[in-house]
Amino acid sequence: MTRIAPTSPQAPAQPKEAPAQPPAAETGAPRLPAPAPGAGAQLEFGPHSYAPAPEATDLVEIAPSYGLFIDGEFVAPRSDQTITTLNPATARPLSVVPQSGPEDVDLAVAAAGKAAVSWGRAPGKVRARYLYRIARLLQERSREFAVLETLDNGKPVKESRDVDIPLAAAHFFHHAGWADKLEYAFAGAVARPVGPVGQVIPWNFPLLMAAWKLAPALAAGNTVVLKPAETTPLSALALADVLQEADLPPGVVNIITGNGITGDALVRHQGVRKVAFTGSTVVGKSIGSALAGSGKRLTLELGGKAANIVFEDAALDQVTEGIVNGIYFNQGQVCCAGSRLLVQESVAETVVAKLRRRLDTLRVGDPLDKNTDIGAVNSAAQLSKIAELVNSGVDEGAEIYQPACDLPDIGYFFRPTLFCGVSQSHRIAREEIFGPVLSVLTFRTPDEAVEKANNTAYGLSAGIWTEKGSRILWMAERMKAGVVWANTFNRFDPASPFGGYRESGYGREGGRQGMLSYVELEPAGPAGAAPAGATA
Amino acid sequence: MAQDELLGLLGRRREGDGVKANDRRLNVRKTYKMFVGGAFVRSESGRSYPVHSPDGELLARASAGSRKDVRDAVRSARGAQPGWAARSAYNRGQILYRVAEVMDSRRSEVAEEVARAVGGHAAVSEVDAAVDRWVWYAGWCDKFPQVLGGANPVAGDYFNFTVPEPVGVVGIAAPENSPLLGLVSRLAPALVSGNAAVVLSSECFPLPSVTLAEILATGDVPPGVVNVLTGRRPAMLAALAGHGEVDCLDLTGCEQTPQSGDGPEPLVEAESLAAKSVTRVVKATTAQRLWFEPSSESPYLIGEFCEYKTVWHPKGR
Repeated sequence: MTRIAPTSPQAPAQPKEAPAQPPAAETGAPRLPAPAPGAGAQLEFGPHSYAPAPEATDLVEIAPSYGLFIDGEFVAPRSDQTITTLNPATARPLSVVPQSGPEDVDLAVAAAGKAAVSWGRAPGKVRARYLYRIARLLQERSREFAVLETLDNGKPVKESRDVDIPLAAAHFFHHAGWADKLEYAFAGAVARPVGPVGQVIPWNFPLLMAAWKLAPALAAGNTVVLKPAETTPLSALALADVLQEADLPPGVVNIITGNGITGDALVRHQGVRKVAFTGSTVVGKSIGSALAGSGKRLTLELGGKAANIVFEDAALDQVTEGIVNGIYFNQGQVCCAGSRLLVQESVAETVVAKLRRRLDTLRVGDPLDKNTDIGAVNSAAQLSKIAELVNSGVDEGAEIYQPACDLPDIGYFFRPTLFCGVSQSHRIAREEIFGPVLSVLTFRTPDEAVEKANNTAYGLSAGIWTEKGSRILWMAERMKAGVVWANTFNRFDPASPFGGYRESGYGREGGRQGMLSYVELEPAGPAGAAPAGATA
Repeated sequence: MAQDELLGLLGRRREGDGVKANDRRLNVRKTYKMFVGGAFVRSESGRSYPVHSPDGELLARASAGSRKDVRDAVRSARGAQPGWAARSAYNRGQILYRVAEVMDSRRSEVAEEVARAVGGHAAVSEVDAAVDRWVWYAGWCDKFPQVLGGANPVAGDYFNFTVPEPVGVVGIAAPENSPLLGLVSRLAPALVSGNAAVVLSSECFPLPSVTLAEILATGDVPPGVVNVLTGRRPAMLAALAGHGEVDCLDLTGCEQTPQSGDGPEPLVEAESLAAKSVTRVVKATTAQRLWFEPSSESPYLIGEFCEYKTVWHPKGR
């Protein structure tokens, strides 16, 4: 085991004294008009100066290379191919993990199959104990996980520290309690495990997505083969260490690393009875095709192009913070990101002016710095995809605004970006960018807002900002979206089901509805299962 | 039916013999058409196909629906669905109960038809079970959101609740061997939450599904909420599965039989097409395919034809 050297602190973004200039030289886009006069009193965000405040990295130990976690142990892979995982803030290697081949997938699925009977028959109380232990261990080691996640993913440490890791622990804690209460979760039915589950998770919230997948599966008595994303395998491998520490029986969770080829082999494997995937819609569709006729159960949590809808009566300063949280949280690499701002025409200028001022104060840079708002994009590939779509926005005639912040010389960074004058046909209004890029569209009436919001193939989330309660409920009912945030955005909780309509997938994660993805409901027998007081 | 043929022969003989034609009644044969947008229509293809009893007796000709008929049916379902979902749960419950009433009043006729299609034993109890199933699901309309949804205890000052909503347009490949009860067992739970349906009838035994359509039309089910297509299944199923406006596909009727090695082509094709537009596929479990058993009805089946929507709002002074 070697200790990783602390990454060199990046120069923090300079405080902005002069009005920010859009980088017109880069984009050739026309400059936006100055903020509208009469926008009213405005919140002041600066200028402040910040000293660098990097989080210590010495509590994280990253091995130079890893094996696969199969049947309770780290084992050498059968495949001799490897993947190097980078720190996206420096583009330097962090470690090397196996590119699992078919033999490795076989071994992992076999281990999960072998463990399935005893784990599925274990009393719920026993399964609960293990999940509580895992939750507690994650809490004890939360700082270590936060730093590790930031190193491997590039997200600001304040987000991994305050969102990713606490929520991951909360998911295990919440679902621990379901393990011994399943008979109360689904009245009139007996919940049985589905069988070995193959789970493929994305790189945007690596540990949190592992928790979303593992916790309900284990609570319901399923065993799992989990494949973390190619670019962010380290927190899942560290989680394997937690599982060992929790004495989780061998084979109940198996973690194999690799790219999409490994994922494909896993979901197609005969020994897998259920597949759960979070990731892009393109891959979700191909998994659906691969599983056609297999009889396997499938849940998908795919892309999104959420509308964040602002009515003129909303509290516009809160709205501004909500919009920023909605699209710039995690560099916009969030499937439910509020990437389309639909703002009522009468307040559009004011909202855009407030947004521009707020963008100027966002601090882009070293993800390990506790003051950083926007860290590194996860990979060079993602960075070029974002740049390509942003260029398409400029080419199609939308007006771009980017604050003139300095970006670090190394690593994969992208300025927070705002597009005005976007029409519904623009690619930046239709395609998921998965980056810190907001497209602003306007509307006049609630009906028009509904129509524009639903004018997408996706249906994961939506935001509604208005002080009028009846309008919130009217709008919420009409949104083709699985999660509707009213006067807030990007809130998550283990008790709150999350998942999409339409091409954003099917199935939910979280709460009682999330448990449905991991159980077979059989009718309760006529005797014994009748509720108290009922006659047969 | 043998009786029909006998009468036919009698009729011809009587004509030839100069006997008075109204001595014995020549029965009026029913024309089985499809049910689209509240109207009984023939296939736009102009084709029909003969339907036989298990004994090989010709029962009637049924319309051979085409891909275009599928598109018409999906369009009418799409148009009718928001209005159906917008009705009060109480109203939907009354309408589904009315279906049970009408079916019960035509009990013997429907039973005779089921008997002719799949054999006499159990035909009456199949109709009775179908009536019971409508009554059971009718009562769920104003209850399932309380059982399937709820308020969620999230951290922080937020109110958070989850409601089940109809997924939209549901395509149903009806069970092949239970042309009435099997179909009702899949259709009723889809309608409870406010979905509209496009039904591909049992290919071999389509006639009871057309009579069911008459019952739905006589009841107060709004036009377009249920559409019933008859004909060769594979082409229609492909059109239905690949249709972007179909939100959920019930493929119970093409469940592959594990024994046959070559069988599952239509299922694989339908599931591949569904995957292209991320259309959810549902299928009855083994227990749910015991059509006469209570195990084939479940509120969780209503949930399979639903989306869950979760809404957050902060609390504050």
